[in-house]
Amino acid sequence: MSEVFDIFLLESVLNGLLLGGLLALLSLGLNLIFGVIDVVWICYAELIMVGMYAVYYFHVVFGWPLLLAMLMGILIVAMAGAALHYFVIRPVLAAEPINQLLVTGGVLFFLQAAATLAFGIEFKNLGVTFPPIVVGDISFSMPRLIAFVTALAGMLGMYLFLTRTYIGTAIRAISQDRTIMPLMGVNPNRIFLVTSALGGGLAGLGACLLVLQYDIHPAIGLSFGPITFLICVLGGLGNMVGGFIAAFIFAQFISVGGFFFAIEWGYVIAFLFFIGMMFWRPQGLFTK
Amino acid sequence: MSDAAGNAMLRVEDVSAGYDGFQALFGVSLEVNAGESVAVIGPNGAGKTTLLRAISKLIGVTGGDIAMEGRSLKSVPAHEVIGYGIAQVPENRRLFPRLTVAENLKMGGFLPSARARHDERLAYVYSLFPRMKERSGQLAGTLSGGEQQMCAIGRALMSGPKLLLLDEPSAGLAPVVVQSIFEMVKRICAEGYTVLIVEQNIRQVLKVVDRAYLLETGRIKQSGPSAQLLASDEIRKAYLGI
Repeated sequence: MSEVFDIFLLESVLNGLLLGGLLALLSLGLNLIFGVIDVVWICYAELIMVGMYAVYYFHVVFGWPLLLAMLMGILIVAMAGAALHYFVIRPVLAAEPINQLLVTGGVLFFLQAAATLAFGIEFKNLGVTFPPIVVGDISFSMPRLIAFVTALAGMLGMYLFLTRTYIGTAIRAISQDRTIMPLMGVNPNRIFLVTSALGGGLAGLGACLLVLQYDIHPAIGLSFGPITFLICVLGGLGNMVGGFIAAFIFAQFISVGGFFFAIEWGYVIAFLFFIGMMFWRPQGLFTK
Repeated sequence: MSDAAGNAMLRVEDVSAGYDGFQALFGVSLEVNAGESVAVIGPNGAGKTTLLRAISKLIGVTGGDIAMEGRSLKSVPAHEVIGYGIAQVPENRRLFPRLTVAENLKMGGFLPSARARHDERLAYVYSLFPRMKERSGQLAGTLSGGEQQMCAIGRALMSGPKLLLLDEPSAGLAPVVVQSIFEMVKRICAEGYTVLIVEQNIRQVLKVVDRAYLLETGRIKQSGPSAQLLASDEIRKAYLGI
């Protein structure tokens, strides 16, 4: 192999690492919701889409500073997550899993259609550009590096919250034994609401990072919703550590696979890998 | 038991309760006075666990009333019962298996009033059960049965309760461990907690508590001081095999 080839391969591995951080953040929110509430938010990526529009409108249309617009975006999606739980999930909490899945699937199409009505189908973007970072012969995209670092920080923050605070510990406890929580003085409905807001907040943070790299349109959720869900399944639904590792594996398939063939092939290989894994370990790679 | 002129700590009056389409308790009445240790004994399926769940409001009460220190629990949701000073150690211990011992104890002191006194309560629980201090960083699911029971009792004590409800603390444990569990219960009573304990292990529990009620098919059949019940022909024949 030539030296140039090696450097490009290294570049794809590093880009895959950066992508992995972002995918890990996206899957964390979905995993948190499933692990604690035992419901899959199929419409998770559409919440991200809402967040991206929120950042766009506050920054570009209303002229807020970007960081403030992003904070607003996170807040709005967090509230959307809490509302989703309160109005949609809570009434079907005791229903069959398939019904819960269908109802959040309904929300997916509702949000897509509502976004089309409200914002139109044309692509929008922040119009912010960053110069690439060049280290030697290797170049990185700045938004990807920002996304990676922020995603890691967000996950660290979530880890500290879940392990150091009373509410965080209660969130982990309720995922292990729901029925005795009232004996601890914990109101399960309140914990579910807080968890949903957190899951929404993570989707909002994901939106802030994606909006730096991608154009916004009503169907944008479809480009990373399925992959987020598959990563969670691969890591073992509800298993946050498993999802974290699976995100990096998936990202390498996409990035390095894309390097050897073509970008689109990266996704083909990643999904083939997923299908193969489902035959071998349908319960997820990291489930005992 | 008619000594209580309305000053019992816990008063269960004519309570009926059950699950979907199945009634488990039929007009049960009992009282626990401050500082007392009281047992509810009876065979499997008598409704003993249902009674404790009704007191903690984990299941709905369809008739009668439960009052703690004169305050009715009728419209109190389950997660607020602990605020009345009632803590329950559930059947089969029900620890959070993938939380550490220290985290399990922390959950027992979730109430804001208990959080302020977390360090003090934790030191107290560790002094009662030094083993828990040694195991504080270990996942609760990896503890032995006896240690799990210590942890479950410790968790309930973290809220600083007045009344401790113990649901079958000896169930599912090896005979050697059962003995130590009743020693533990004795110590809890000696610490001044008011205790209501539900047990199938009648001989052992009657050696520990002051008074007991015999519950059969959802009704109280007999009650009295432990010594009196231990001497009763009916209980000796039916439950002690003498």
